[in-house]
Amino acid sequence: MGPTPFPDVLALRDWDHKLLQRYKPFYMPHSDVCDLCTMGKCDLTAGKKGACGIDITTQQSRLALLSAVIGAGCHIAHSRHLLEHVIEKYGPRFPLDIGGLNIEVEAPITRLVCGVRPKTLSDFEEVLEYLETQLTHLVAALHTGQEASNIDFESKVLHAGMLDHVGLEVGDIAQIATFGFPKADPEAPLVEIGGGVVEPTKPLVLCIGHNVATAVEIVDYLKENNLFGQVEVAGLCCTAHDVTRYNPNAKIIGPISWQLRFIRSGAPDVIVIDEQCVRVDSFEEAQKINTPVIVTLDKISLNLPNRTKDVPDQIVSDLVDKKIPGALILEPSKAGEVAVKTALQMAPLRKKFKNIPDLTEVVERSKKCTLCLECRRACPQDLVIPEAIRKAAEGNVTPLADLYDGCIGCGRCEHVCPVGILPHTFIVKASESQVKEEKYKIQCGRGAIQDTEIRNVGSPIVLGEIPGVVAFVGCSNYPRGRIDVAEMVTEFASRRYIVVTSGCAAMSSAMYKNEEGQTVYEAFSKNFEAGGVVNVGSCVANSHIAGAAIKIASIFAKRNIRANYEEIADYILNRVGAVGVAWGAYAQKAFSIGAGCWRLGVPVIVGPHGAKYHRMLLGRKEQEEDWYAYDARTGDRVFVGPAPEHLFFTAETKEEATVMIAKLCMRPNDTTKGRAIKLTNYIDLHKRLYGVPPDDIHLFVRTLADVPITMKDEVIRVLDQKKWVEGRIPDPTLLQRMIRKRKEEA
Amino acid sequence: MATAEPWQRAEIAGPTKAFVIPKPDVLVAMIKRAKRPMLVAGHYIVEVREGEPYIDTIIRIAKAANIPVVATSHIVGEFVKRGFQPAAWMPAVDITSRLQDPSWMGLDGKGQYDLAIFTGIPYYMEWLLLSGLKHFATHLKTVSLDRFYHPQASWSFSNASLKDWKAHLETIASLLEVK
Repeated sequence: MGPTPFPDVLALRDWDHKLLQRYKPFYMPHSDVCDLCTMGKCDLTAGKKGACGIDITTQQSRLALLSAVIGAGCHIAHSRHLLEHVIEKYGPRFPLDIGGLNIEVEAPITRLVCGVRPKTLSDFEEVLEYLETQLTHLVAALHTGQEASNIDFESKVLHAGMLDHVGLEVGDIAQIATFGFPKADPEAPLVEIGGGVVEPTKPLVLCIGHNVATAVEIVDYLKENNLFGQVEVAGLCCTAHDVTRYNPNAKIIGPISWQLRFIRSGAPDVIVIDEQCVRVDSFEEAQKINTPVIVTLDKISLNLPNRTKDVPDQIVSDLVDKKIPGALILEPSKAGEVAVKTALQMAPLRKKFKNIPDLTEVVERSKKCTLCLECRRACPQDLVIPEAIRKAAEGNVTPLADLYDGCIGCGRCEHVCPVGILPHTFIVKASESQVKEEKYKIQCGRGAIQDTEIRNVGSPIVLGEIPGVVAFVGCSNYPRGRIDVAEMVTEFASRRYIVVTSGCAAMSSAMYKNEEGQTVYEAFSKNFEAGGVVNVGSCVANSHIAGAAIKIASIFAKRNIRANYEEIADYILNRVGAVGVAWGAYAQKAFSIGAGCWRLGVPVIVGPHGAKYHRMLLGRKEQEEDWYAYDARTGDRVFVGPAPEHLFFTAETKEEATVMIAKLCMRPNDTTKGRAIKLTNYIDLHKRLYGVPPDDIHLFVRTLADVPITMKDEVIRVLDQKKWVEGRIPDPTLLQRMIRKRKEEA
Repeated sequence: MATAEPWQRAEIAGPTKAFVIPKPDVLVAMIKRAKRPMLVAGHYIVEVREGEPYIDTIIRIAKAANIPVVATSHIVGEFVKRGFQPAAWMPAVDITSRLQDPSWMGLDGKGQYDLAIFTGIPYYMEWLLLSGLKHFATHLKTVSLDRFYHPQASWSFSNASLKDWKAHLETIASLLEVK
């Protein structure tokens, strides 16, 4: 057992401070004021303090903690609900088998943080109690008149992130074990994804959210009543991932950005809502297409009557007869039955009634446009909507269709139009044929990474010969549409990185075909190996990505991981070239997942909208004193270069992100061969995408053996110009206690 | 349309908002007065979003005023292609974090800057970068050269039509070119 079982808020503070000393918080306030108590609003601009004494720096870190606890709270509460549900259904002693003989280290994050080895569902009880207690302490720190140091607030952010990762793991292990999802299976089946995959003549149950409990019951009810095939089950967001893990005949429509457009298409005959990332106006939109809504959890109740205790047929009757527009049903099996029966009865009544006008109406209504520009000013993407509307008024809707890929489907443009034009809806209408053609294949979430896979790649990852593990995760608030993610996945898989996907990013990766008509899940290996593209699954399945990094330390390096957080994070920071990319991150959940990565020593890149998290963790590569580590063999302090340079970074463009991914994969422990491979990728991408070679190569060359042979002349020239001095490759650690020489001396 | 409102409606600043640059001459005077100006140029300057890329005008301004340019994102090669060598290229957050630091000695080792001119970074991102400087770089004045009002800068144009904005940039370049 390591030194920090069930660590409290301060237990890993020293580690956090080490990270934050090197990767300093960089704040970009989104608000100049604090309005969290009645003494405010307080103007905190440029050094002013609020009524409680807080300054803008501390306030920014406080808001970062607020985001992190919201995100962590979501995942932990999700896991709490799932755990209680599956314990009730399968019993507390149900074994946690998530990969049979292929998985011995079955809950690496839980082991690392809590020091326990869960074997049955009930073993997660004490883990969740720990998470909930810690989360309460963190929420308390947010109150006015509590923490006053931004660095300690940031340490709490990292604590929240670590808790979040444990929460993710609890939820996904519980559902993999009980629902029979693919168990660390590289051969997890391909499933259908896209706006055009649903058979339009069949009744459709649409599930939205992240908690699969009810969707599982829907599938079960269909199977038990021989209705599967007669009724379509499809999902949006992570419930979609998870329902396809349960049954690959279910379908994925797409990420959160598809919600509004798909509901308005009139396809769903009943909408089942669970939790997280559900558009708050889904119910309102459902009413417009004459579709009943079933809500299934306490998080989202929508002021609908609680019909949990009623007879299913009575609820169905009330929904179909429009006595109620929707119902709250907290019992998943009952909600599943009601959903299917309602869809079957509603389908012939609704006849796929949609809330999208025909093209004639689009043209006619566009003629009302006064070019006031309010739609564009409301658009997060600054899409040039007015010009497209103007063309539509002339009968040409192609410019509207051209906006489709860049639109994130938020609908803000429609709320501001003074003459009632509906730009988002018009864009969807103009793109109707394109939407119908959206039919792709995605590997359904395979869950954990096998121990044998880790054994095979552990050495080349740690030595640097596999240039990196790149995880594309998070939401769909993309600056220019989904294609960016698919292109980045393709780039790094082609370069023999290991690529992992999850959540909305996994979906977006699939929604693009290469010249052979294949998605990335068809074009590349599905194994966790160089050149593989691996979809682990939903948001909670992100735990397997962090878990894989931990398992490298455990399986390859034989480090003790139980309750040994600091040592393992130090190992990962210095040796495991892993990078997370949340290109469309929008959510607090994405932030808390990121925070868990930072504490574990894994850098995270977000897209330009990620700047709105208003806090980055940036290194300063030119400050040499920041880039020293101990050589565990000798105790010497050795310059290791800015590897990785940043912990949390927002990129302006896909090109910048691509180069930064390659750069952030470098680690102090890389062998010369490994570093040469990583430098080759970094330099090559930089030259191709920037048009010039990088200007900081000298910081990443430790000895001449690091220099890529094919680039020797140009790199040596740069080294000479920069007056480069040869260094050495240590056994790197930031922890004094890991220096072995002292033990030998003792 | 010339109003001092944020272009993206909800991007409202706090109590301290950018002064509106009433005419290009004012900005030219500001640039000439600055002892250590810098120009931070983002990828929109090479894009065809509306109208033409305006990198050539930026190069004219930089050359005429002898302002070091930091190219953000991936656009350094576009400058080089045109025979112009930026003083540096680095991500937008990297240059902004350095500008925040009063002890930073600058790209040339001669000390911090007193005027940072931003242009061509996505509106919401530039808004935040300028906010970071407003709060934490009190040694620095910031200017946005963009078409749209940036309340978090010290000085910004008001929202302008494409035609007017292009005319502003042209005037700035021309005035600076007159020695």
